[in-house]
Amino acid sequence: MSAETVNASDSIQYVTVFIGGQLFGLPIERVHDVFMPESMTRVPLSQREIAGVLNLRGRIVTAVDMRRRLHLPPRTDGNPQMAVGIEYRGESYGLLIDSVGEVLNLATSGRESNPINLDRRWASISGGVHRLNSQLMVILDVDRVLGAMAESLAA
Amino acid sequence: MDDLLREFLTETNESLDVVDVELVKFEQEPNNTKVLDNIFRLVHTIKGTCGFLGLPRLEALAHAAETLMGKFRDGVPVTTEAVSLVLSTIDRIKAIVGDLEATEQEPAGADRDLIGELERMALSAKQPAKDAAPKDPPKLIDADAGPKHTAGEMLYQVLERPLRPGEVSLDELERAFRETMAEPSAPAAEIAPPKTEAPKVEAPKAVAEKRDAKDAKEHKEPDGEIKGGVASQSIRVAVDTLENLMTMVSELVLTRNQLLEIVRRHEDSEFKVPLQRLSNVTAELQEGVMKTRMQPIGNAWQKLPRIVRDLSNELSKQIELEMIGAETELDRQVLELIKDPLTHMVRNSADHGLETPETRRLAGKPEKGTIRLSAYHEGGHIIIEIADDGRGLNLERIRQKVIENGLSTEAELDKMTETQIAKFIFAPGFSTAAKVTNVSGRGVGMDVVKTNIDAIGGTIDLKTASGKGTTVTIKIPLTLAIVSALIVECAGDRFAIPQLSVVELVRAQSNSEHKIERIKDTPVLRLRNKLLPLVPLAKLLEIENADPNAKVATEDDGFIVVTQVGNQTFGIVVDGVFHTEEIVVKPMCSMLRNITMFSGNTILGDGSVIMIIDPNGVAQALGTAVAEAVTTQDADDEGRAREAAAQTVSLLLFRAGTMEPKAVPLSLVTRLEEFSVDKIERSNGRDLVQYRGSLMPLVYFDAISQRRETGAQPMLVFSDAGRSMGLVVDEIIDIVEDRLEIEVASERMGILGSAVIKGKATEVIDIGHYLPMAFEDWFHRKEMKVENLTKTLLFIDDAAFFRNMLTPVLKAAGFNVTTCENASDAIGLLEGGRRFDIVVSDIEMPEMNGFEFAEHIRRNPRTRNVPLIALSSLSTPASIERGRQAGFDDYVAKFDRPGLIAALKELTTYQMGIAA
Repeated sequence: MSAETVNASDSIQYVTVFIGGQLFGLPIERVHDVFMPESMTRVPLSQREIAGVLNLRGRIVTAVDMRRRLHLPPRTDGNPQMAVGIEYRGESYGLLIDSVGEVLNLATSGRESNPINLDRRWASISGGVHRLNSQLMVILDVDRVLGAMAESLAA
Repeated sequence: MDDLLREFLTETNESLDVVDVELVKFEQEPNNTKVLDNIFRLVHTIKGTCGFLGLPRLEALAHAAETLMGKFRDGVPVTTEAVSLVLSTIDRIKAIVGDLEATEQEPAGADRDLIGELERMALSAKQPAKDAAPKDPPKLIDADAGPKHTAGEMLYQVLERPLRPGEVSLDELERAFRETMAEPSAPAAEIAPPKTEAPKVEAPKAVAEKRDAKDAKEHKEPDGEIKGGVASQSIRVAVDTLENLMTMVSELVLTRNQLLEIVRRHEDSEFKVPLQRLSNVTAELQEGVMKTRMQPIGNAWQKLPRIVRDLSNELSKQIELEMIGAETELDRQVLELIKDPLTHMVRNSADHGLETPETRRLAGKPEKGTIRLSAYHEGGHIIIEIADDGRGLNLERIRQKVIENGLSTEAELDKMTETQIAKFIFAPGFSTAAKVTNVSGRGVGMDVVKTNIDAIGGTIDLKTASGKGTTVTIKIPLTLAIVSALIVECAGDRFAIPQLSVVELVRAQSNSEHKIERIKDTPVLRLRNKLLPLVPLAKLLEIENADPNAKVATEDDGFIVVTQVGNQTFGIVVDGVFHTEEIVVKPMCSMLRNITMFSGNTILGDGSVIMIIDPNGVAQALGTAVAEAVTTQDADDEGRAREAAAQTVSLLLFRAGTMEPKAVPLSLVTRLEEFSVDKIERSNGRDLVQYRGSLMPLVYFDAISQRRETGAQPMLVFSDAGRSMGLVVDEIIDIVEDRLEIEVASERMGILGSAVIKGKATEVIDIGHYLPMAFEDWFHRKEMKVENLTKTLLFIDDAAFFRNMLTPVLKAAGFNVTTCENASDAIGLLEGGRRFDIVVSDIEMPEMNGFEFAEHIRRNPRTRNVPLIALSSLSTPASIERGRQAGFDDYVAKFDRPGLIAALKELTTYQMGIAA
């Protein structure tokens, strides 16, 4: 555990993930599981961010390609893909990410709002930034990641 | 809510429904004591319970109604007015019960009006001789010549009669009631408040409850007589519990399937035998749970007799409602969904179908019209027929209406059969009712019925004969949870097609008798002297195989799933067919629910997820949902007149690669040319022609497009700044004036989306995709301009070509686009007070370039907050950085259409988020 770890009650635990080299954090209570997506079925005619659907222990999970969602180029390193399982409005989603890092316990006081010059596409799904010793962690706002996709359908 | 109250509400609602039906039946057969007993008993139970629970309003109403019915029992002749009065009392009770359900309190209010009427009628009711056997109304009615006022003692006499065999418990029950409750026939005594007798009420209550439980079971046979003696064999279970159980069993079935799949791969597995047993048990469990969800269709019909009775009074028609097969069972979920459509169709039959008595007499038919409802099982489906012996559909009026509404042309109608024309009544907003009555003809009608039936995977069919009547046949699956589906393969993926709509499978091979033929690129199949329109699934789902050779092979050499939706038959061409499997339909994730081609998804035995094809969605995609007779080969000629819109555009229609017509704004096309194929030369790996003294590269529409061997090759020539490119097409169809409104945006490369052009779904092509195929640097020399639609968008580009090209893209993304040729005009607009939600600017422009423009905008306080997107061919990190510094919010490469749309979407939604 690193120096920024605190045990106060005003702290949040984050599951950290890497997407395109950037460190992101998801509030731990939103993360149901972390899994390796297998035998994904593509969904013709779907939004481009949707990588497909897959069977996770009997549930049908919709996989969202976070790289596409964040307008990052597709992966080329060939390492196995990982996914973070979350629930949104009663449905199961899997966010496809590059890799999973450790779980960090961060004080809410260390959270800063998005820098104003942050890419708006990113700013719109980020809940703020934590300064860690070695790097910055962007807080991924799961509701906004999926909410904007659902809205774009309704539009 | 109090358990006791909830129980009361459930039971009362059920009882009231039965009373409705029974009363109508009673009106028709006033001599049927069984029916009357049943009604009497139900109303009495309601009354008793109300007193017990302290619901004085309900109690008073039930009591007054009961008193009147007591008179019927005593042999007073049954009149329509009396029954109507009792029915309206039942309606009032229903309303109060409804309020009670919502608020848990009996609503305030008085029912003196109804009670007074009931009392008056009970009082004035003429009674037959006092000594007539009370349980023998036929005699009573015959004997009603000598009406006399009867005293309240009458009822006690009833009790004194000897108990009939088989009715023992009912009589006991009634006596129990009698003993506790005042049963006077005189209104004065009627006010006797049961509450004062509460201690006595308790005792019979126990008996009543026992009987009630019995009633619940007997609702299935409304005139079933109480057999008595047997203790309650049924319990009430909450629907949620059953639903939950069903879900769990569905999961179990899936897991079982998965296990079976695994064992299939291991020949000598020791698991085989126990698994077989598990499999059997699962199947039985599934069946058992399904059974708990099954309900007789009669439950959905329960309200119909009452509706028909009211209608026949209202419309002054004599209507007989016959119901056959009310005991046919189906899943309660399906039952709920078909209730309303059925009611609607019965109303329609009564209102439009059946004639007035005089008309019927003149036509030599019995005055009483008949509506016959019947239900029966057939395979895994239930068939419901609604037939009337009325005048039949007025095909002439339907024809007129079809032409008026522009649904089809006269010439097409001439080719259609009567049934096909009749089916236009299922088209949205279609109503031939000359006048709008409060019964039907409100313009929402049969289309809603069809939509509802479609939604549960059912089909609807219709037969009509002038002067003889109309029959509507509905075929629906018994259950929605588990369906049998055909698993097919297409472009490497598997899909499920519900077996319900599959008629047959045909193997098509180029050398067999079943071969796919083409009419103007439209694939069709000759099947038993009929021409079957075909649609390749890959094309439908836009998952065409990357390998062009494989594609050609499968187009002519595949399996055709002959599918029927309503009267419409078409063939879905797939690469392979596996087997049928019982699948548990799971709803699509809400983010995928917009895809009309799929009705859900499921997990197969091998654990993989597959999409379930929705045949209705496919039929709609074929564009023939209503005019099914119009096979695709003459669909080309179909030209529906659309109202001239303010903004029509000249569009060039052509065909290339696939059978769908494609369109491109004519203003983008420089010339239409045709070159003899031997003029096409190959050089440096690409096709070229000599055109106006220079070499023009040719671009093929897609990899599938076949190069012609002989003859002439039509092409569209695009020129800009001295460069030309030829886009090779199969055929130039037409130049039309129409609105260009892209209704369905496309994610496919080269297609902007689909628009309705001349009444046909047409793909609008994205020239921007093809230009770089001719000259990779095409965009690098030019810039673009933008417009917008619902959100206002300012697009600055110095080249007219790109302004024209991107306008449809931006419109498709929902913007109201204003264009400017240069940055200074744009600044003029912005500083002149025009407000834009977003500005998209080219970078490389003469005079003021995009960077300078952005800096200018950001300096001015009035405009500094407008989101700015740079659109440029210079997408190097350095230029992107330069763009950021200049103040652009986003920087998109010129040919990155999805990127542009995504950037627009995000910037505009972000802005709105701030505003909110």
